[in-house]
Amino acid sequence: MRDRLKIMPLLASLAALGIIATTIIGLPSTAPGLSAQMNANAETIGIKNVVTAVLLDFRGYDTLLEISVLMLATVAVLSLRVPPSESRRRLTGESGLLLGSLTRLLAPFMIVIAGFLVWVGSSGPGGAFQAGAVLGAGGILLALAGYDRPAWVRQSLIRVALTIGLLAFIAIALLPILNGGTLLEYPDSARKTLLLLLEGLLTLSIGASLASLFLASASRGQDGGGR
Amino acid sequence: MTLVDHLPALLIIAPLAGAAITFVTERSVDRIVAVLTSIIITLFSGMLLYRVASGGAFRYEIGGWGAPIGIDLVADGPAALFLLLTAVVGTAVTIYATAYFPKDCGTSYGHGLFWTLWLFMWTSLNALFLTGDVFNVYVCLELIGISAVALVTLKGDADALRAGARYLFASMLAAMTYLLGVALLYSSTGQLDMEMLRATLTPDSGAATGLALMVAALVLKTALVPAHFWLPTAHASAPTPVSAALSALVVKASYFAILRLMLSVMPPGFIPGAGTLLGILGSMAIIWGSLQAMRQTRIKQWVAYSTVAQIGYLFIVFPLADSGADVLAAALGGVLLHALSHGLAKTALFLGAGSLMDRFGHNEIARMTGAARTLPVLTATVALAGVTMMGLPPSGGFGSKWQLVSASIGAGQWWWALVLGLGGLLAAAYMFRVLAVLLSDTPTEVRPTHAPVRLEWLPLALAVAALFFVFAAPFVDSLAGISTIMLHAGVTP
Amino acid sequence: MSTYLIYSLGGAVIFAIGLYALLARRHLVHKVIGANLMGSGTFLVLIGLGNRAPGGTPDPVPQAMVLTGIVVTVALTALGLAITKRYFSATGLDDLDTDPREGDHP
Repeated sequence: MRDRLKIMPLLASLAALGIIATTIIGLPSTAPGLSAQMNANAETIGIKNVVTAVLLDFRGYDTLLEISVLMLATVAVLSLRVPPSESRRRLTGESGLLLGSLTRLLAPFMIVIAGFLVWVGSSGPGGAFQAGAVLGAGGILLALAGYDRPAWVRQSLIRVALTIGLLAFIAIALLPILNGGTLLEYPDSARKTLLLLLEGLLTLSIGASLASLFLASASRGQDGGGR
Repeated sequence: MTLVDHLPALLIIAPLAGAAITFVTERSVDRIVAVLTSIIITLFSGMLLYRVASGGAFRYEIGGWGAPIGIDLVADGPAALFLLLTAVVGTAVTIYATAYFPKDCGTSYGHGLFWTLWLFMWTSLNALFLTGDVFNVYVCLELIGISAVALVTLKGDADALRAGARYLFASMLAAMTYLLGVALLYSSTGQLDMEMLRATLTPDSGAATGLALMVAALVLKTALVPAHFWLPTAHASAPTPVSAALSALVVKASYFAILRLMLSVMPPGFIPGAGTLLGILGSMAIIWGSLQAMRQTRIKQWVAYSTVAQIGYLFIVFPLADSGADVLAAALGGVLLHALSHGLAKTALFLGAGSLMDRFGHNEIARMTGAARTLPVLTATVALAGVTMMGLPPSGGFGSKWQLVSASIGAGQWWWALVLGLGGLLAAAYMFRVLAVLLSDTPTEVRPTHAPVRLEWLPLALAVAALFFVFAAPFVDSLAGISTIMLHAGVTP
Repeated sequence: MSTYLIYSLGGAVIFAIGLYALLARRHLVHKVIGANLMGSGTFLVLIGLGNRAPGGTPDPVPQAMVLTGIVVTVALTALGLAITKRYFSATGLDDLDTDPREGDHP
């Protein structure tokens, strides 16, 4: 369908651009923000990658809610699935020679890379989300290449995989309360271990969520026609 | 630290844990988990309210860091009040839903996931009422938005999907605009904590633009006229317990964020004319919403437009915020009282309307004649809830109007009082139109029901609570004062 | 012109384009893409302005905000597309302006 150019949205868009650009240009060209304090505190707890420190420690509560958002979206997409009684064929791609063999080669690498990304996240760019994205992409790739879900990967297991990250996060968040601290106040001695454990489980859940977001919606031959 | 000190964190973790647990458990267990969680949350909310009322507001430093490094939760009077409202309405909705959703619906599709989605929504509401960080508000808004849209589309029919899609796009527009606002705000101030922002805010264009974008986005999420287009269909097409939660709680959440930004963060006059503009839009909402409600033929749409009108009342506080401490205290107490009583009454109205629809088998108001004789409890619910909408004594609606009127006159802005009076008249008009049908002499057939009695008596209980809510006014007023909002008028809480 | 301005202003332009798409385009998928663009534009603004920190290393807080924002945007996009797909299979429509009932009594 061809859309006419609509005046009101165009004006709104241009006005927004004007206001935002003017504001941006008017800002001073140097501004420390909170970087000084963040860098200093990251050093005291011994995490070299400051962004990871901000994400998982200082503003870990944001990350907790963010994991909840991802899991919530997965639940929401699952709730929008059409029940199988209404003819819904599973996604099966034609796995040509190239796609099939490439996938067979890549899949193990993707798992290793995901693990590496989690590990390196404490000292360089990386972390649970990046690793989870690689895992999720790997899952989608396998599905697109025509690999059916193996029998041992049951619905219940998928649900556990989706939930384990959030549950682990909640448990780790509540633990300090029993020791007299506040929510998410990691003990200095166990910080590195806890964060690595947390990131590992989060990676699993994020990967499962991202794969589910795609695969739960994907199907061929839906009624309603369409291209 | 005792349990009470940790309540802010627990009030968020409890529903979140419930949501995660219900995702992996069976349907029958889900309902039990949900009911247990709602009881626990209600208990915690009551304890927190008591703590704030007797000991004053307090901050909870997550991770032990404290702002500006970490994120703080703020437990003050308004937050505690909204948390308790959410708990009471949430428990009512939970109990109603145990009867509304049939037990045998399978776990994976549609209705089976209601409990998980509902508990996620509850988490997001509590989180937003407690947060003290503007970026955290963004994440909470997303949680609220996604859970609300998913709950609206739960029925799966074309109307629900269309309403949900419209709601989602409005949410996306609001969310992205809000995020850009935060980007500009942080880039010009270097702060994300509300307390720190209030302390360091200087009049420069970056911060003002950022805050204006944020407030505009929240106005869209609160469905203030003219940004209300998504609300009537969304609230009407949702399953009944969801409609109640949406009208009673979800719109109040984004409103609460506006309260925080306009009154706790921004000093008086930071964005010139903003308060007056919000007051004008609120007045338009009261008038337009009521007029549209009078034209509705279907019952849930009628209730939804009543929500559009009632939201307008909440914005009358903003033009009155800069006229001194007494005026601000009265106006703030008034809108809080309104939010609480409307929350109770609207829940009663939606749940009652849903039960009426169920018994009559259709949703057309004109054909629901004689309900007074055949369905007396439900008719009484609608009538009593209507008393709060109209603002008649001794309802909370009356108490809030009274305070807002006296605040308007005290500030020398008497025209708001005219709007408030007109709003009451219009509400009476749209209420009587429906009540006339319900109370008419010609009874129509109603379907016999095997539904549990709680579907009828629960809404009535809420309507009665709202009916006498004016007596809670002194308590609400004192709690309104326990907040950094009062600093807006130079009063140290 | 400083480097950061290029990214930030570029982000503002992308935001504006996305805003137009979300408001004006009728096809639901176009709207979803528009919302995505608004998000990406905001991220660029954040990263660009975060580059103004003195001392070489950019400010970590906007980076953390962007990481969180990306995940949230993915979640929203997935939901938007799922609803679009479900709506399409229920009504055969891909825009919200056409009434699926077309005058039939509900």
